[in-house]
Amino acid sequence: MPSNAPAPLLDVRELSVSFRSRGRMIPVVERVSFTLHEGEILGLVGESGSGKSVTAMALMGLIDTPGVQISGSVLFQGHELVGMGQRQLRRLRGSRIAMIFQDPMTAFTPVYTVGWQIDEQILAHERVSRKQARARTITLLGDMGVPDPARTADSYPHQLSGGMRQRAMIAMALSCNPALLIADEPTTALDVTVQAQILDLMRNLRTTYGSAVLLITHDMGVVAETCDNTFVLYSGRMAETGPTSAVFARPGHPYTAALLASIPPMDGPRPHRLPAIAGLPPAPLERPAGCAFAPRCSYAHAACLPAPPPALVRVGTAHQAACVLPLEGTPLTPSVMGRDAA
Amino acid sequence: MTGQAVPLMPETRPAAATPLLSATDLRKTYALPHGRTLHAVDGVSIDVMPGEVLGLVGESGCGKSTLGRSLIRLAEPSSGRIVFDGRDITTLPERTLRPLRQQMQMVFQDSYASLNPRRRIGDLLAEPLRVHKKPGGQKWTSAAIAARQTELMDLVGLGHQALERYPHEFSGGQRQRINIARALALSPRLIVADEPVSALDVSVQAQIVNLFADLQDHLGLTYVFVAHDLAVVRQISTRVAVMYLGAIVEIGETDAVLHRPAHPYTLALTQAVPRPVPGEHRPTPLRGDVPSPISRPAGCRFHTRCPIAQDRCKVEEPALRTIGPGQDVACHYPNHWAD
Repeated sequence: MPSNAPAPLLDVRELSVSFRSRGRMIPVVERVSFTLHEGEILGLVGESGSGKSVTAMALMGLIDTPGVQISGSVLFQGHELVGMGQRQLRRLRGSRIAMIFQDPMTAFTPVYTVGWQIDEQILAHERVSRKQARARTITLLGDMGVPDPARTADSYPHQLSGGMRQRAMIAMALSCNPALLIADEPTTALDVTVQAQILDLMRNLRTTYGSAVLLITHDMGVVAETCDNTFVLYSGRMAETGPTSAVFARPGHPYTAALLASIPPMDGPRPHRLPAIAGLPPAPLERPAGCAFAPRCSYAHAACLPAPPPALVRVGTAHQAACVLPLEGTPLTPSVMGRDAA
Repeated sequence: MTGQAVPLMPETRPAAATPLLSATDLRKTYALPHGRTLHAVDGVSIDVMPGEVLGLVGESGCGKSTLGRSLIRLAEPSSGRIVFDGRDITTLPERTLRPLRQQMQMVFQDSYASLNPRRRIGDLLAEPLRVHKKPGGQKWTSAAIAARQTELMDLVGLGHQALERYPHEFSGGQRQRINIARALALSPRLIVADEPVSALDVSVQAQIVNLFADLQDHLGLTYVFVAHDLAVVRQISTRVAVMYLGAIVEIGETDAVLHRPAHPYTLALTQAVPRPVPGEHRPTPLRGDVPSPISRPAGCRFHTRCPIAQDRCKVEEPALRTIGPGQDVACHYPNHWAD
């Protein structure tokens, strides 16, 4: 990276999260590193159990399970978040870092109006009057594309549709103009036509609010349409990272390639069978010492098996994959996409 | 592409085989407090042809699941008529219906909730065989049940060792294979699958979609495949029915409906699906949300969100009509695609 590049907003280095279960430590996230710059939208993709939500929760300091072990470094605007006290973290959360979740119903208390809850968020972090807070709430809701924002502010969460609740939650997250918005599957519970509206909104946040977004999703289509950069997790480890256009056009990791191939196409000819990936991702305790994807990979060979797992290697400009193939000079062929389930 | 109304075309579809299942003006309503009524299925007429995969798509609350269940009387229709294999089953009492139930089975979205956690897989597969008789009328012997269990596990790609295990020992994809095996136990002719792959990860989803396709090839099954994911429905279906607020707004051959959508809603739906191709053109999304099925708009049910709605659409409800070979649409101003 050139030395005159601005310091990243978020700099995650070798973040690992392990949970204790029955006397053993279960490594859920292993040595994950990435950076996020101002105004950037980074997509964190992975299947269920890949550790993507745990990564986000760890960034926010939201994991306080007894026996959890978090190591590595998370620098946010130059401040180390790993090991930061809850008081300080609380001051950051909501004002500088905000998070939205898949289910907007659980993010709101059912017993207060949506507007009251957004007002509270503003009042907790800034010295403004309740009246000023409500004015800001109404502006925010309007910015999020909520029709009749004043009336919506006086509604209870259950009175709103899923799409409107998600807009209200984004409004609440943006109420203190955070530098970083972490969005965990923000559109997964929504219908496609509403999802399209919310993704539109997320793309516009950086221009209207200047926020950087960490978008966590399992949907490669959502990443392709929304994110500048993409970061693929597999079984708690980094598989690939790079500019979205490069990752999708020339995947460097066989997992990324196979994952893309297994999505049924919306356009063009329909394949007779989908190129599925056989088997399942390993559970954390059964994770191979070498490459975690090797048991399902059609390229797997002796070099993939010994510990440690393959390190990230450069496969293009700012594009890296954790695979031995690039070093061996083996290109990915379409055959990786021809593999099928037993 | 959006043009003036296309003249009605004469029925061009050849008089094909008789439908395996035929529903006429099917309605399913739910009474709500304060005298209100929810119209989940609002006058649907649909034929399911033998050997086809009919995809039912639409957004949440459009009635696709209720329709799927009503077709095989897992939900009792409020009115309308259902004919299965030439026999009117609309009002058949449960006792008389039971032998026919062997021929129509269901696979649900939640693979865990549909399997009793305290029973072994072998038991779960044997249960339908113990309840029902063989096609000839005699009971299933235990030897025949054992042979069938192994055969079913083979069909869905699980080993016979699975028979001794419990549902929690399997992953979501494997459990869905077990659910499919159980649905196949009685050699049904029709399977209604309600969002069978929605809860699965993409890589596993592809395996199960392939399994559905393979089983159809091998066993000559007919599916009604209910799903919100258009790409999955496109992959598996021979025909697609698009539902909006309880009614079918467009139905036809998969490629016709999804590549040359005649209804503005179908068009918006297909365009809204995110493509895994960065930098692709993104059309303006549809405005607003789906209205409540309790107070659905008058006239065309889609007019409140329709980008091309005219005054006529607010008052006059369009009927489903044929606009091309294998394509019916309920719209006053359907898209006209030049070839």
